[in-house]
Amino acid sequence: MIDMMSFIRTVALLNNMDINIEKNGNVTIIELNGDLNANATAKIQDQVLSATPPNSKVLLDMTNVKYMSSAGLRFLLLLSRQLGGQVGNIVLMGLREEVADVMSITGFLDFFVTAETRTEALKTLT
Amino acid sequence: MRNTRIDNQPTHVYEGYRLRIGQPLPFGTTVTPHGVNFSIFSRFAKACTLVLYYKNEKSPFVEIPFPQEFQIGHVFTMVVFDLDYERIEYGFRMDGINAPHMGHRFHIENVLSDPYAKSIGGRDRWGEVTNPEFDYQHRAQIVPEDYDWGDDRPPHIPMEDLVIYEMHVRGFTKHPSSNTKHGGTYTAIREKIPYFKELGINCIELLPIFEFDELEYVRRNPITKERLVNYWGYSTIGFFAPKAGYAATGIFGMHCDEFKTLVRELHRNGIEVILDVVYNHTAEGNEKGPVVSFRGIDNKTYYMLDPDGRYLNFSGTGNTMNCNNPVVRNMVVDSLRYWAAEYHIDGFRFDLASILGRDQLGRPLANPPLLEMLAYDPILANCKLIAEAWDAGGMYQVGSFPAYGRWAEWNGKYRDNVRQFLKGDKGLAWDISERMQGSPDLYSGRGASASVNFITAHDGFTLYDLYAYNDKHNEENGEENRDGANDNYSWNCGIEGETDDEAVNELRRRLVKNAIATLMMSRGVPMLLMGDEMGRTQRGNNNTYCHDNELNWLDWSLLKKNEDIFTFCKYCIQFRHQHPVLRSANHFTHHDVVGSGYPDISFHGTRAWQPDWAEYVLTLAFMLDGAHATVNGHPPDDTIYMAFNMHWESHIFQLPQLPANKNWHVFINTSPGAQNIIHPPGLELPITPQEQIWVGERSIVVLVGK
Repeated sequence: MIDMMSFIRTVALLNNMDINIEKNGNVTIIELNGDLNANATAKIQDQVLSATPPNSKVLLDMTNVKYMSSAGLRFLLLLSRQLGGQVGNIVLMGLREEVADVMSITGFLDFFVTAETRTEALKTLT
Repeated sequence: MRNTRIDNQPTHVYEGYRLRIGQPLPFGTTVTPHGVNFSIFSRFAKACTLVLYYKNEKSPFVEIPFPQEFQIGHVFTMVVFDLDYERIEYGFRMDGINAPHMGHRFHIENVLSDPYAKSIGGRDRWGEVTNPEFDYQHRAQIVPEDYDWGDDRPPHIPMEDLVIYEMHVRGFTKHPSSNTKHGGTYTAIREKIPYFKELGINCIELLPIFEFDELEYVRRNPITKERLVNYWGYSTIGFFAPKAGYAATGIFGMHCDEFKTLVRELHRNGIEVILDVVYNHTAEGNEKGPVVSFRGIDNKTYYMLDPDGRYLNFSGTGNTMNCNNPVVRNMVVDSLRYWAAEYHIDGFRFDLASILGRDQLGRPLANPPLLEMLAYDPILANCKLIAEAWDAGGMYQVGSFPAYGRWAEWNGKYRDNVRQFLKGDKGLAWDISERMQGSPDLYSGRGASASVNFITAHDGFTLYDLYAYNDKHNEENGEENRDGANDNYSWNCGIEGETDDEAVNELRRRLVKNAIATLMMSRGVPMLLMGDEMGRTQRGNNNTYCHDNELNWLDWSLLKKNEDIFTFCKYCIQFRHQHPVLRSANHFTHHDVVGSGYPDISFHGTRAWQPDWAEYVLTLAFMLDGAHATVNGHPPDDTIYMAFNMHWESHIFQLPQLPANKNWHVFINTSPGAQNIIHPPGLELPITPQEQIWVGERSIVVLVGK
């Protein structure tokens, strides 16, 4: 799986993605800030994947993600697969309507549970 | 072992880009763990350069000539390491001679799209040029081929059980009345899946969805001055790329995922997807046409040329793909395999398929290798193959298309005979008897499911217009009404075009219903044109290839206005699904092979058991013995009787006698004044008397013996 990730390795470019990782009990909360495009994905993938070992629970706070590219969508699916591939190990929280729409149109939303708020997301995960 | 492989290391460096020789197959691009493999064929090019761009940037960021040692045979192949394939677009420069009389049209200054491009940028949103200032417009893109299909399995509906709905992606939902979130797109079709299920169709056939340039025309509508577009899309730019402008996410480059998701959802709902594919020509036109790809990559291989290098034109569009050149033939096979494997497509309808049976000089082949290859291809083994069995060069093969036990055909003769008979032309009773049986006169030995039956298709009048116009009205196409078919076998019921005359409108509705019932009662595979189930009109235009407006957009408010037509159509389709005796891959035997006392099919006239085939006769009836459903492995079915009275006077039809425990029930009676024109299938009402039935002028009756 790590090998596959190197597909997305990219010529370095400036981008505005940063992430914030914290723990809440057995749930890893990852806050993504910025557009999740190929560059951003390449930048954060190792950090996110190492913070989320198989069978852990993850809350992805997407409130500040305004756009997700094809690589971003694939990264989310890869993360879900690393977590065991079961719907429910990962909750996408605060999806903007445009992002949710693209995820729905392209079929990716089917693989995820979503929540409006952190409280709701944590409830789903625990 | 993986770590000891050495092909993850470059062997060459060019301007900082790390390279090694690639794999020559498959052609096109392949994403590898270390980079992207590019491979392109050209028999006559002397050299090739890979041109790489970032999206939305006019100038390339690098041009990498293929080193000579990266050429294997006529294939240039190279891996470029560490490319961020989501952000780039690519093309090729081909170096060779420009000598049109010899068939060669190389120009080093052109950047050319990849014939195997799996996505093509430049028309990301319908009707807009994404970057007008770019010289290289239709840019090849690289897509991840990693879609998660879950447990998707094509429905594998037997051909004879299909009810096909021929439709245009954009036209289906672009009208504001469609109430879809992203009107005119793949995903909007997904929103309409409940509609398909209500209507009862189980297969959609999409007009071309291979990338094309809708903006290829510069003409304007002479009446409205609106710009004309290539709306239908029979003008391929790339045989592996779905049209981005049909996707709500085309502007994000996610059209491939969007289209796959549509197919997946249709499959989940038991609906198959057939693509209308155009391999007979490309968007490059003749000598004066644009240079997009093939012409500059290897003109002499990809196109049929005369000995002086001029384009042969069997397609009516300026050029003809050289489909029986072995390299081009392989490209066609590769393309179809790609759609079957990567997009889970269930079948293909081949535009002007007869061209695929011509040799490199355009002569008809007795045993066309391409058609044979497709028939026996292991990956296409479960795909439906449907031919439009004619071309613009005069080849007409309805009934004689080389089938290899696999190919079905658009039955053009069904369309013409049924149109003529239903409007009251004489001398057609015998022909109609053949058409209702799956055209055994045409498809003997191939079976009834070789016949795709249709009365209307995108090319021609809509069903409503068939009874509202005597003549085509194509003035808005800007060709002075010269375009479009002249032999429409239509009848305006007395007044040309729209009218308030109630009698005329009643007659039109009746004839529309007669046609729908005929189609759904015929053995073979019925194909319904989008909107005919709700009385769609094109205002008499029978060739709407160039209009992106209400002429082509389905107006969903017609569902309410013509609710009776919709309900009628829905019940006819339900009835077909409920009665296996209507559907079979085989033709009738005209014998009693199950010991029921009745032949599988029998013909009748106004007197039972006495069909009248005389020239002047406009009546005909037939009966399908329900017991014969067991021949095809179904439980015994009801017996079905259908009477046509296409005369302008009413007639009484004497009914054949049923076995003692069965009675005739009426399902359809379109006669003027009939209490109910149609009943919900299964809720047909018994008739009295049982011995005969009165059928009004220009009407049909369908009875169920149960």
